[in-house]
Amino acid sequence: MSLLELRGVTAGYGPVQVLHGLDLEVGDGEVVVVLGANGAGKTTTLRAISGMIPARGEIVFDGVRLDGRRPEAVAKAGIAHVPQGRGTFSELTVEENLRLGAITRRDGEVDADLRRWYDAMPRLGERRTQAAGSMSGGEQQMLAIARAMMSRPRLLLLDEPSLGLAPLVTRELFERLRDLNRAEGLSVLVVEQNANLALGIGHRGYVLEAGRIAVSGDAGSLIGNEDVRKAYLGF
Amino acid sequence: MTLFLQQLVNGIGNGVVYGAVALALVLIYRTTGVLNFAQGEMALFTTYLAWKFARSVPVAAAIALAFVIGFVGGAIIERVLIRPVEEARSPLNVVIVTLGLFLGINALPQLIFGTDSQQMPKPWPSDAAPGDVVGTTRAVKVGAVSVSWAVIALALMMVAVCALLWLLFQKTRLGLALRAVASNPESSRLVGINAGLTLMLGWALSAGLGAIVGPLVAARSTGFDASLMQGVLVFAFSAAALGGFDSVLGAVVGGLVVGIAEALTTQYVDPLNGIEVLLPLLLILGVLLIRPNGLFGRRTVERV
Repeated sequence: MSLLELRGVTAGYGPVQVLHGLDLEVGDGEVVVVLGANGAGKTTTLRAISGMIPARGEIVFDGVRLDGRRPEAVAKAGIAHVPQGRGTFSELTVEENLRLGAITRRDGEVDADLRRWYDAMPRLGERRTQAAGSMSGGEQQMLAIARAMMSRPRLLLLDEPSLGLAPLVTRELFERLRDLNRAEGLSVLVVEQNANLALGIGHRGYVLEAGRIAVSGDAGSLIGNEDVRKAYLGF
Repeated sequence: MTLFLQQLVNGIGNGVVYGAVALALVLIYRTTGVLNFAQGEMALFTTYLAWKFARSVPVAAAIALAFVIGFVGGAIIERVLIRPVEEARSPLNVVIVTLGLFLGINALPQLIFGTDSQQMPKPWPSDAAPGDVVGTTRAVKVGAVSVSWAVIALALMMVAVCALLWLLFQKTRLGLALRAVASNPESSRLVGINAGLTLMLGWALSAGLGAIVGPLVAARSTGFDASLMQGVLVFAFSAAALGGFDSVLGAVVGGLVVGIAEALTTQYVDPLNGIEVLLPLLLILGVLLIRPNGLFGRRTVERV
């Protein structure tokens, strides 16, 4: 059974419709990559899922309809969305950013999770009292992922995590995502320009074109597909 | 020297008032990015309510009641008048709404309670003269300087308010959520914060603070009418600009600086009578020219 399912989703900004009946699935424990040219509707897809923009059609998460719900409710349902630009709370400290990730949690294990992420990403531990906005782009992206993980999500939405990062940092980031997916069974829906790297850790992929799915398939077949490579992936 | 110290004490009294109203402005600005021109008039309305209540209950209880009404009223104003306009995504519209509120809320108590000057009972030690309902504020002699109980009460109020706000913002989950919304509204919603609730709370806190400050300002003067907070608001704006519009500490320090500067100008720049009124404008101008983010304002450094 799929964890997230989109059926005939349309969404846009005011009078401008961007998604024209999108069907998409993310299985439990799956890493799914969304590719496509600028303006194809990749970011809009993520924003529709997390309720940042109104959407029509069906968005089902873990058997529950999410379309029409507010972002707060979607977050509480177990979806963590790291937006483009990382959504850092720049003026707040690294630790406060992480605590905000867990702000809806009412269990007593937030401190234990904090220690866990400091262990996993020592750079964050070193800078826990520093303003988050003063960190480098790569560190902020790590922080954004740790912040998202602090909510103990079942599904992580990532919007262009490699944007503005050096190639080496991007590679490290994707390795970490793969580890999270393998070790924790975390499901990930990632929008990414760096198709090669993303499909490298992904199980399946979708290519978006003008608000619709143009091609879909498992990661290997997308990379191997000559037409897809030429038309959409640019390598 | 005595004269100087006396003016310093007087200045602190005014400064606390400016600082408190500046703080109320900052509370709204930090969470919503709106400069609330109606801040003073909101405080004025609750001051009239406190004055009315004080006829039947002790003045401290009257102020507490006014606080509760101010708190709730602030939340309602945000929800009913500010948010629908804000959702149209033009900051200018919100400013115009607050200007409308300024005029409207200024007229409201005049319609309800009349335009006569009224006297607020004093929530601090005072001597009642025969025939005088509210009495005269007592003072404490410190050496040759006389410190009015009004100044002491205002200063204590300020310390208490700052301590409570610090605890709220730095030590509670709710405070963290409030700061998060101020820092990045979109991201706040994505981590599950109900942004609407925190915006309402910002207005509620601000109006509640005004409801405490207003009656104290009224009690300090011999009488008050609908113009009570207008001068105060101008000085409070200059205090907030001086401190940096997003800094709580800056608002308080800015208020004290403006208050003391005003008192000393009145005392020592004698030949130009009334020049102290220009002071807030000069301070705003000076700050904007030299330190656009204010003395304590954040210069946001962001790496991408």
